[in-house]
Amino acid sequence: MMSVVAARVDIARFGWEAFRASPRQADLLILSGRVSIKMAPVVRRIYDQMLEPKWAIAMGACSSSMGVFNNYAIVPADKFMPIDVHVPGCPPRPEALMHGILKLRKMIQDDPDMGWRERYDAEGTEEVLEGAEPAGA
Amino acid sequence: MEIAPATVRGVLASLRADHGYRALMSVHGVDYYPQEPRLGVHYELLDMERVDRLTVKLRVPLAEPSVESVTPDWPTADHQEREVYDMFGVIFEGHPDLRRILMPEDYEGHPQRRDFPIGGEPVLFTHNDATSPGWTR
Repeated sequence: MMSVVAARVDIARFGWEAFRASPRQADLLILSGRVSIKMAPVVRRIYDQMLEPKWAIAMGACSSSMGVFNNYAIVPADKFMPIDVHVPGCPPRPEALMHGILKLRKMIQDDPDMGWRERYDAEGTEEVLEGAEPAGA
Repeated sequence: MEIAPATVRGVLASLRADHGYRALMSVHGVDYYPQEPRLGVHYELLDMERVDRLTVKLRVPLAEPSVESVTPDWPTADHQEREVYDMFGVIFEGHPDLRRILMPEDYEGHPQRRDFPIGGEPVLFTHNDATSPGWTR
């Protein structure tokens, strides 16, 4: 992932080089690496703290399927959070991650909300401030 | 060297005082599954002046898997004995805080025993993607 922001494969071309330390300011969560059972609720909490619209990419073989570490201790990312694009590889080449991000970009351009709420059976989970109306309702 | 489980604290203390093995490098757990007594605990000691290593081994049966904890004398054994407890189920009497360290606290089973299954998920392909459990299924 570090070479994705480096010179050869450059996500700054698209304006995406800003990696934020806080989930509140982020649009995309790139989950790279394996997630243990103990860590899964923590990652889920970070994903929940992101503001909508938000997307998630599972990078690497370990977060999508179990990868090399197919054992009792880790859990694939699909089981506890919605993932939009899986990028395979161990480790994924920077071009592969770039392809995954561009594929996500195309998916968003074609269908901006990507049927998120129907796909994940999440109707009624919009956050609504007091006095405001839910979007699209 | 092989010792009886009840004597471990005295033996380690005398090795430190009389023979100069002043560093406890690690505490390991072993499962000798078909042979009884089934569980073993190995203590790696290091004599830094003579650069000499010694392994102190003891065996405990599964029915009564308790060993006296050496944590009061050797503080490094704190986390290491917790790991042996978590992975093998050896209960250390007198340990100040014996709880799981690698697996979640409410996990059942001791993963590194020989009769514990490896676990993991079935490998995801396109043909079994729809039937494998995930966030939405």
